[in-house]
Amino acid sequence: MSVLIFIDIAEGKIKKASFEAANYGAAIAQQLGTFASAIVLGKSEDLSTLGNYGISKVYNLLNESIHHFDAQVFTKLIADANETIGANVFVFSNTTTGKSVAPRLSVRLKAGLVSGAVALPDTSNGFVVKKSVFSGKAFAHIAINTDKKIIALNPNSFSVIKTEGVAEVVVLNLEIPAAKIAVQSVNKIIGDVPLSEADIVVSGGRGLKGPENWGIVTDLAKLLGAATACSRPVSDIHWRPHHEHVGQTGLAIAPNLYIAIGISGAIQHLAGVNRSKTIVVINKDPEAPFFKAADYGIVGDAFEVVPKMIEAIKKLKESV
Amino acid sequence: MKILICISKTPDTTSKIAFTDNNSKFSTDGVQWIINPYDEWYALVRAIEIKEADPSTVLHLVHVGGVESDPIIRKAFSLGGDQGFRINSDIADSFFVAGQIAQVAIEGNYDLIFTGKETIDYNGSSIGGMIAEFLDIPFISHAVKFDMANGNAIVVREIDGGEEIDSAPFPLVVSCQKGMAEQRIPNMKGIMGSKSKPLNVVEPVDISPLTSVVSFDLPPAKVGVKLVSAEHPEELIRLLNEEAKAI
Ligand SMILES: Cc1cc2nc3c(=O)[nH]c(=O)nc-3n(C[C@H](O)[C@H](O)[C@H](O)COP(=O)(O)OP(=O)(O)OC[C@H]3O[C@@H](n4cnc5c(N)ncnc54)[C@H](O)[C@@H]3O)c2cc1C
Ligand SMILES: Nc1ncnc2c1ncn2[C@@H]1O[C@H](COP(=O)(O)O)[C@@H](O)[C@H]1O
Repeated sequence: MSVLIFIDIAEGKIKKASFEAANYGAAIAQQLGTFASAIVLGKSEDLSTLGNYGISKVYNLLNESIHHFDAQVFTKLIADANETIGANVFVFSNTTTGKSVAPRLSVRLKAGLVSGAVALPDTSNGFVVKKSVFSGKAFAHIAINTDKKIIALNPNSFSVIKTEGVAEVVVLNLEIPAAKIAVQSVNKIIGDVPLSEADIVVSGGRGLKGPENWGIVTDLAKLLGAATACSRPVSDIHWRPHHEHVGQTGLAIAPNLYIAIGISGAIQHLAGVNRSKTIVVINKDPEAPFFKAADYGIVGDAFEVVPKMIEAIKKLKESV
Repeated sequence: MKILICISKTPDTTSKIAFTDNNSKFSTDGVQWIINPYDEWYALVRAIEIKEADPSTVLHLVHVGGVESDPIIRKAFSLGGDQGFRINSDIADSFFVAGQIAQVAIEGNYDLIFTGKETIDYNGSSIGGMIAEFLDIPFISHAVKFDMANGNAIVVREIDGGEEIDSAPFPLVVSCQKGMAEQRIPNMKGIMGSKSKPLNVVEPVDISPLTSVVSFDLPPAKVGVKLVSAEHPEELIRLLNEEAKAI
């Protein structure tokens, strides 16, 4: 009974969500009285620092031919590696990579999968994982009834606790199957915080009247080191790119802080953001439904309020 | 080109979320059912566009569910599709559903299988990848654009913090999201035609689920919003810093 965490890397660095998955997996291992190891497919910096997140061993495949992601290949490699590792709880983060590999591994290993987990499993009676359902409007407790178990953890749902520790790095030797998918190009939005991983998100709606007015949103975001998002109509009318659309039919996010500017708070919008820890709403209509879901709010004109917020944050930053 | 489109049924996005039977079942009281938006707006419409460009394309719909799902399949037919398969069973878990669809897929020998990115009720994002593994074929998730060139699929997919362009051979499973196509409203001809399209009912194959639902619960209600005067946004910043410790 050991725990194996899949660590996702990009450009030779461990992704933030993977540190969270590592820490979560290590906590499960502790709960089960066993140890946690990690698997890394590709070259990455400082794998031994995973020890700080509770990982005792890192299995690393260094072969040059795996610099591109293919879910079918990754699944086979993890399954093959596990022949010697012998884990029976597998942890992924529920990101685009995790969502492609975890379901495949579930079928390959006949291991029950819970995706979108938001808490540690309850092992008092079986193995029950709490997951987000109904687009954040409810939770389900799902029992995994198989010997092997897979959990895909929602980003930003488990607080990371760093400790002292150095992980032993073991180089894996595996035969790499040929990938059927050829990646032709990768287009990263450079310098930006990926929306799904962002701690703070500043989001704008139709209340901003036009794309030319987005400066206050992006300025505020930049100042806070935040990602930017928008409501669906805003991306539908091409004021903002599609990938910024959050909500029931867009991305579901759970940042620490969500600041909604000129967004009414329709139920379909809330479905994608209601797992945010703190919600701030700026809207000129006191009846806007978003205020019911908010922690803090200002009833006022965004074009007056947001610049003042920006000034106040600058002052706060100078004072510390 | 033979395409299989996976159609699921979800509560309307405005449905009240409540539970019965000691919080073990979703309460369907007064719930309006719709086609899962990702399946309808993106997977189905993109498949219809492919057929519009090449009328020799065959579009089959597949759904796992009981007889009460037939109106949903008919609704999908009103947008397009040639034939439907309803696997006559309750939904046990994702593995079960994917295994059932895989069986239909094996028998139908499809070039391409479209699913939605996720269902908006279970939020599994699992079934597409599972079908692909059952069939041992490639899976491209989170597709925002789908085209074909030289007998390969050319797919733009979302990755964390960007996009990637992939090419892949057929057969292939693709999960679809916003960007693939634009939502359509069925026209009169489509609605009339939907009634006569063949809907085959197939019995499920024997597959044991791997997981089971124990219970549901609702998130704690917000205690209420703290309003700050529009004259003093700096007070909001102070609260976010000192009280919420969010900045
Ligand atoms: C099936 C389905 C799925 C959907 N999925 C999504 C989804 O994923 N995401 C999503 O966002 N929507 C989704 N929608 C749409 C949703 O119902 C709303 O229509 C949408 O969220 C409204 O966007 P908005 O708040 O930007 O615009 P509006 O509703 O037009 O609201 C604009 C707000 O700005 C305020 N405002 C105006 N001027 C100012 C000012 N100067 N200063 C401050 N405030 C101002 C107004 O008071 C108003 O509250 C979906 C709808 C359906 C039917
Ligand atoms: N009962 C079902 N019948 C047919 N297709 C389904 C069913 N459930 C889910 N799917 C498909 O699988 C996709 C992903 O579902 P999920 O893994 O539950 O998020 C959906 O968007 C559908 O395309």
